[in-house]
Amino acid sequence: MDTEKKPAIVVGAGPAGLCAAIELKKAGAPVILMDENSKPGGQLFKQIHKFFGSREHRAGVRGFDIGEELLAESLNLGIDVRLKTEVVGIEKGLKVWAVEDRSRSYTVDAATLILATGATENALSFPGWTLPGVMTAGCAQTLINVHRVLPGKKVLMIGSGNVGVIVAYQLMQAGAEVVAVIEALPRLGGYGVHTAKVRRAGVSFRCSTTIVRAEGKEGVERAIIARVDDRFKPIAGTEETLEVDTICLAVGLTPSIELACLAGCGEMYVPELGGNMPVHDEFMRSSVKSVYVVGDIAGVEEASTAMEEGRLAGIHAAWAMGYMDEPTMEARAEETKRRLRALRQGVFGQKRFAAKQRILEQEANS
Amino acid sequence: MTQTLKTMGAPSLDELRLVGMLPTLEELGNRACVCIECVEEIPCNPCETSCPQGALRVGSPITNLPAIDRSKCMLCGLCISACPGLAITIKGMQGDKARIRFPWEYLPLPLAGEEVEMVDRFGMTLCRGNILSVANPARNNRTAVVMAEFPAEFVEEVISIGRKNGKI
Repeated sequence: MDTEKKPAIVVGAGPAGLCAAIELKKAGAPVILMDENSKPGGQLFKQIHKFFGSREHRAGVRGFDIGEELLAESLNLGIDVRLKTEVVGIEKGLKVWAVEDRSRSYTVDAATLILATGATENALSFPGWTLPGVMTAGCAQTLINVHRVLPGKKVLMIGSGNVGVIVAYQLMQAGAEVVAVIEALPRLGGYGVHTAKVRRAGVSFRCSTTIVRAEGKEGVERAIIARVDDRFKPIAGTEETLEVDTICLAVGLTPSIELACLAGCGEMYVPELGGNMPVHDEFMRSSVKSVYVVGDIAGVEEASTAMEEGRLAGIHAAWAMGYMDEPTMEARAEETKRRLRALRQGVFGQKRFAAKQRILEQEANS
Repeated sequence: MTQTLKTMGAPSLDELRLVGMLPTLEELGNRACVCIECVEEIPCNPCETSCPQGALRVGSPITNLPAIDRSKCMLCGLCISACPGLAITIKGMQGDKARIRFPWEYLPLPLAGEEVEMVDRFGMTLCRGNILSVANPARNNRTAVVMAEFPAEFVEEVISIGRKNGKI
């Protein structure tokens, strides 16, 4: 195959992957967007809340509406979207091995690979954690917002980051009672506006508190929580029993980096962004120059940052493949970086910005 | 400063007063006032872009806390449903009655004329109140704006109404 005609392959059709594919296709580059799920959109269709940011970041628009808009745009552009397609291997020369519908296996030679594989929710093990009724917050969110199934009536949320408090709110919107949100750290993690709307609904927040065990016969019937000392050890005598039928774990996410490892991308450990992740430059290029990493795989942030990272990589890859001239690429990349920078300010964003800077420095030094 | 916000989930009146966003009791007695309870620097400015009068300003960077120019505010209430953080209400009082317009995203929606429990920022019931109106036009994008009336003595503490737990 002529090198010029090789496509860009985008793996993962969440917010980052969709935006990368859209930018590539708009520039005229051949692009294939692969996703293992039967529906594109990644986590966007579970996000029933209004997004933050500014108008150019689609602030005030609910996540699933953003998902619909991106899908419509990708369909209008005629992007080759391959669903139920798992990418299971990457060989030298950027040969991408895909398995469709768990039955048909094939390879595609790619000019560029954009990995938008997202992140995986962390688990937390404690006695009783395998009982039915213990699930991740993302699982509960999928059940209520995608499948419209209420996982339980009385919920304990473990973890007070934005995922924990947003899902707590959405569980109440779905008709459940949230008995408490507990947090091992001495301070709550999520945005104050999120915790405030959950608190005014009567939910108690407990800092410096952990789960000791879950009890029940067929499923969760109660949770035993306790206060922790400054080394996160439960303090004897502080145990308390909560009558709950569901325990949700919102204890962070870890970038899904398997394909980046297979592609030989250099990694680093960034605890603030979720653990080990591929390093990248200012255009989201990994240490392997034809492989880009965008969205949560490149550090766990938010859908709004993921979309901008996807656009940035798509624009740069379109130039690298010869489908965009350099001044256009530079102007559009600069604009995208400005929007990204706007999202990484303030008390919460500054930490993520600093972590992202460390990734850029590591990549520059390697 | 934001002690109860980061330990109990909601800001105390003292924390809000310190940020200087809340109207005084005197202002609330003169005229209804937009009350913004957004005390953390998060990247967000739909309140600013929703305001047809240019009375709400965030500016640049978008992590600035919003500031309200009460002389420009026409009390249209568009910012109430525009705020993704559900952090804006409009409150006022006249004689021994106070009124609040607040955002609401639970079903069932309250009904005009219904008697409800008014709650404070920590979810504690303060007093009884009456629903005066429920507005949920398409532009609100599914965030209803509810108006309720309650005894004026609770005007500073009231933030919303109690949920009908799980009874859809």
